[in-house]
Parts: sequence; structure tokens; C-alpha cells
Amino acid sequence: MTAASAGTMTNSLTTGRLPKGTIWMLLLGSWALLALVFLFVQLAGGTTTFNLVGAIFLGTILFDILVFVISYLVEGVRRAKDRLVTSLVTTAFIVALLPLISLLYTVVLNGFARMIEPGFFSSSMRNVTDSGGGVLHAIVGTVEITAFATLISVPIGLLTSVYLVEYGRGVLARTITFLVDVMTGIPSIVAGLFALALFVLLTGQAGYRSGFGGSIALAVLMIPVVVRSSEEILKLVPNELREASYALGVPKWLTILKIVVPTSIAGITTGITLAIARVIGETAPLLIVAGFTSSMNYDLFKDRMMTLSVFAYDQYANQGPNSADYLNRAWAAALTLILIVMALNLIARLIARFFSPKLGR
Amino acid sequence: MTTPPFTLPKRKTTVRLGDRIFSSSTIVAGSIILAVLAAVTLFLIAQSIPALVAKQGTLPGITTNFWDYVGPLVFGTLWAALLALLISTPIAIGVALFISHYAPRRVAQVLGYIVDLLAAVPSVVFGLWGAKVLAPTIQPFYEWLNTNVGWFPLFSGDVTGTGRTILTVAIVLGVMVLPIMTAVCREIFLQAPRLHEEAALALGATRWEMIQMAVLPFARPGIISAVMLGLGRALGETLVVAMVLSPAAVVSFLVLTSQNPNTIAGNIALQYPEAFGLGVNTLIATGLILFVITFIVNAIARYVVNRRKAFSGAN
Repeated sequence: MTAASAGTMTNSLTTGRLPKGTIWMLLLGSWALLALVFLFVQLAGGTTTFNLVGAIFLGTILFDILVFVISYLVEGVRRAKDRLVTSLVTTAFIVALLPLISLLYTVVLNGFARMIEPGFFSSSMRNVTDSGGGVLHAIVGTVEITAFATLISVPIGLLTSVYLVEYGRGVLARTITFLVDVMTGIPSIVAGLFALALFVLLTGQAGYRSGFGGSIALAVLMIPVVVRSSEEILKLVPNELREASYALGVPKWLTILKIVVPTSIAGITTGITLAIARVIGETAPLLIVAGFTSSMNYDLFKDRMMTLSVFAYDQYANQGPNSADYLNRAWAAALTLILIVMALNLIARLIARFFSPKLGR
Repeated sequence: MTTPPFTLPKRKTTVRLGDRIFSSSTIVAGSIILAVLAAVTLFLIAQSIPALVAKQGTLPGITTNFWDYVGPLVFGTLWAALLALLISTPIAIGVALFISHYAPRRVAQVLGYIVDLLAAVPSVVFGLWGAKVLAPTIQPFYEWLNTNVGWFPLFSGDVTGTGRTILTVAIVLGVMVLPIMTAVCREIFLQAPRLHEEAALALGATRWEMIQMAVLPFARPGIISAVMLGLGRALGETLVVAMVLSPAAVVSFLVLTSQNPNTIAGNIALQYPEAFGLGVNTLIATGLILFVITFIVNAIARYVVNRRKAFSGAN
């Protein structure tokens, strides 16, 4: 403030700057102001509870405006714009985090109590009409369907990425790369419809349902992810290793199997784990081709099969007479699903951290 | 005496059996992918034909022909995805800029992981959250919008009592496509030439002016393709629409009413359990249209990305 009034020159280099703590004080001040406003609204009977999200949200907007105005008066328009963008960008990040926090909070709050009830992981939903029952049948289905999808997509995906990195030149390789990229964007429900159409044509039964169809649908979604991640990892293997191997007279296929793949095995495993984490939560294709059931079914190739995600959807969509029981089960299944996905992500990161070879010198 | 010209001993280059088997198996694997894509198209077409050629009035639950049935659905799909992008594009660019250019270097990677966590949440959980948490919370706000900003055409009409409108769906979809858009934007912002940035700063530009002059012009194609990739995701999202939206077979731009156009994917999920006979074929035919739309969108996006630099949202 003093610098601005003391200086007679007004170009942007010599005008004053805001003191260091101003920004933070402004932020806290505008939050406090809005909190006060909302408190008065509450005391006046406008709202029944204190609106914290509203206070923080409107307070942040007030802060954005205040920063611009004050900085414009003191520091000139260029710095004012800079400060405005800085605060807007930070606001965007906080806004992006709000749904994540709200979602995790709600799922844990609503699902945890039901999840740790005895029997949730050890019984199915057969003949259950009250608040009991569990997800054993869904977990069995999820594990079997996902395992089989992995079994299909890992060899195909891995060999394709080897082809793209080690052999692929020309039109075929370019086409495959392009189509793999496009395949990552196939809507999951289309993969489900494809699996259904395939099996209806093959078996001739119009109402075909099985876990195996679900595996096929998931494999369609999983293959491109495996290809892309392993391709990135294989590209990182230094060429010197390959050349050293060739110089010793090792044939190309043995070089790939004994040198290239073992060097990158940690990264490949990470990629596969992340791919599993991505398809294990898929609902739409399984809803269509695996159907739903409330009984145990261990046979992947026959009859309807439940999975965790479809279980959560089914409990939500087909609520019985006492809807709270059904919703509780849905939240508990959602929490289980999130925990599984998070665990897979964590495992993937740990593998990447501890088992990857140290390439740096 | 002249030395005879040195010649290599004639030897046939032998291709080892192992090499041949291995290389052909990788080619086979690559071709399987092409075959799968072709199969997806062929089987969907084969199962759609009965619905596409059906005479007027023969399709169950549909009074006119197939195209009149799918029209509102296509509109709803595009409209929901467009609204989702309007919400998520500015936020995605902001978050990406925050991570790449504003956050301290040390915490930037951790922040990136946190945004990626959003991608790890299964869509059915987003659906539960949208229907049970977001819709009731946001309903009073919709009422306020309707009474105070009702002169704006999109916010007019009879306001919903449940909050299950296409705008709620669009918000959830926007959150869901945020990770991939942020990832692509972040990647391309980091690729902006460092020397340009430093030159701008050295000339006295503020950070925002540097971003305006050196980063954004470079990143424009990347931002466009990030938007297209987000569009591809938002078009095909099923569960959120099926669980949150209260649908009707209408073409309506109003975002706060309880009469919302349904999307193709949401319609399939809702109708499928009760469908039989030609009804199944009809749903598969709508799925085929969805496949064609997303394929075109993704292909354009990938074409733009690949011209720039090799990276994708899959990793």
C-alpha cells in the first residue's frame, strides 16, 4: 500500500505488491463472512441446518472476486489477472475433489455397518426377504468371471504388445495401434450386447445367459488396456540389452522371452492388475449377458451368475417391501467393491515400486 | 599376384523354428484384436437386422418404426454428454493446469494419483451416490434456479420434486469423465516446450501470461482430443443414467423438469430385463447406433492425438 502511494511512476514493475499473507487472510475472511451470513440465515429460520458446503463454495467465489479487485487496485491489471487465474485453478481442483470426498464418506457411512455384519460374506441371497442375506454368490461370480476374462485377455494382450514393440512395422501395426486406441472407448454395454449376440447366434437360445458370456464381454474391454500398458512398458526396455543378447547369438524369440519380458515383468504385472481393477467394477455388460440370480452358481458355463456390481444395482433397482434392507445391502456391496478396486490399485503400485528393475545408473 | 576378391561363403539364412512360431503367434494375437472388432460390428448388425427391417407396428411397445423410437434416445445421449462436457471441460483444464504448472513439484504427482482415484470408483457406486446423495441435495438448488433464473429457457418448466433430472446425470457424468480428460490435458501441458515458457517468464510475463502464450496454443489440439475422449466415455455410460434419471420418451432441452430424454445406454439397461423376441433385437439395434457414434467420436479424437504425440488414456 505504501509503495503504491510513494511511487510516482505507475508502470507495472514499480507498483506495489500485496503483502505476503494477504491472500490467505482474504480466503479465511471470505469463508468466515459467508459462514456468518449462513449462520444468520439459519438463526432467522431460512434453513434448518447449517449449510457448510454452500458457505465454502460461495466464500471461495467471493474470494476469487475480492482477490481480483484488491490486486487490481494495488498491483495493476496484469498481476490481478494472474492472481485471479491462480485462485480459479485452485478452486477447480478443490471442486474436483468434493465429489470424491462426498462419495467415499457416504459409502463408508452407509455401507460399513452392514458389511461387517456376520453372514454378509458367507451367505447368498437365496430365499432371503428380510434384512439378512449376503454376497457370497456375487463374490464367487465376480472372481470366476474376472479370472476367466483375465485368462483370455492377458495372452492376447501381451502377445499383441510384443508384436507392436518387437516385430510390428507397416500398415498392420499402425492399424492395430489405432484400433486398440479406439477400442478403449467402446461403451461397456456394447461389449455386453456383442457377447450376447455372439452366444445367441452360436447356441440358438434367445434367452442365453452365462458367466462365460460375461467373461467374453469383459475381455473385449480388458484387451486394449493390457495392450497399451504392456506396450508402454516394453518400449522402456533399453535397446542395449537386446543388442547384447543378439551379439551373444541368442535368437530373437529367446531374447524376448528371457531378456525383454523378464526385465519389464513388474511393469506388465502392474498394468494387468490395473486392467483387472478396471473391469471388476463393470456392471452394464454383466447385467446383460450374465443376468442376475440370488442363488449360488459355481458353473461359469451354465445359467445366470451374480456379480458384486450387478448385486449392488439389483438391490437398488428392485427394492422389496422394506427398502432400507435392500439399500443397506447395496451400499455394503458398493463399499466391498470399492475396497477391492482400491486394494488392486494399491497392489499394482506396490509391485511397480518394489519389483521394477533399477534402470538408472 | 592379384588376390581373388573376397566372397562370403554362400549360406542360406535359416529362420529358426522358435522364431517363426513366436513371431507368427504374436501376429495371430494382433489379428485377433482386429477380428474381435470386426466381430463386434458383424454380430451387432446381424442381430439388429430383424428390428431394422420390421414393418410398422410389429415392434413390441413401439407404435411407429424403429427410427422414430431411436430418435429421442440419440438426442438424449448427445444432450446428456454435451451438458456433462460443459461442466467438466473447464474443471478438467483447471485441474490439469493446477497439477502441471501451479502445484509444488513435490506434491503434484500425489495430486495426480488422487484425481486418478476418481477413475477407480465403479460406475454403479457413482449411480448410487448420484441417486441417493446428489439428487436430494441439489433439488432445493434446482427450485431456486427455477424461480429466480426461470427466464433462462433451459431452466424453465415445472421443476422436479426428486432432483433426478438430466442435469444431475450430467453432473455425475462430468465427474466420471474428469480423470481421463485431466490425464490427457496434464500430459499435453507438460509437453509444452520448456524453453518457450522460460523465455516468456524472462521477458517479464506473469505466470498466467506465460500459460496463455506458451502453453495453451501448444496444447489446443490435445485439449480438443481430451474433450472428444471425455465425450466418448460420457456417451456410453450406462448405470448412472439408469439409476439416476427419471426418463420419458421426449425431446426436451429443459434440464430441471421430471420429463427427461433417456439415453441409448440407459434405455437398454432399463428395458432389457423385460425385453423378449423382437424387443431384444430393437435394443441391440440401438446399441449398434451407440457403437457407431462412439466409434466415430473416438476415432476422430485418436486421430488428433496421434498426430501430436503417442499417448493414450489407457495407461
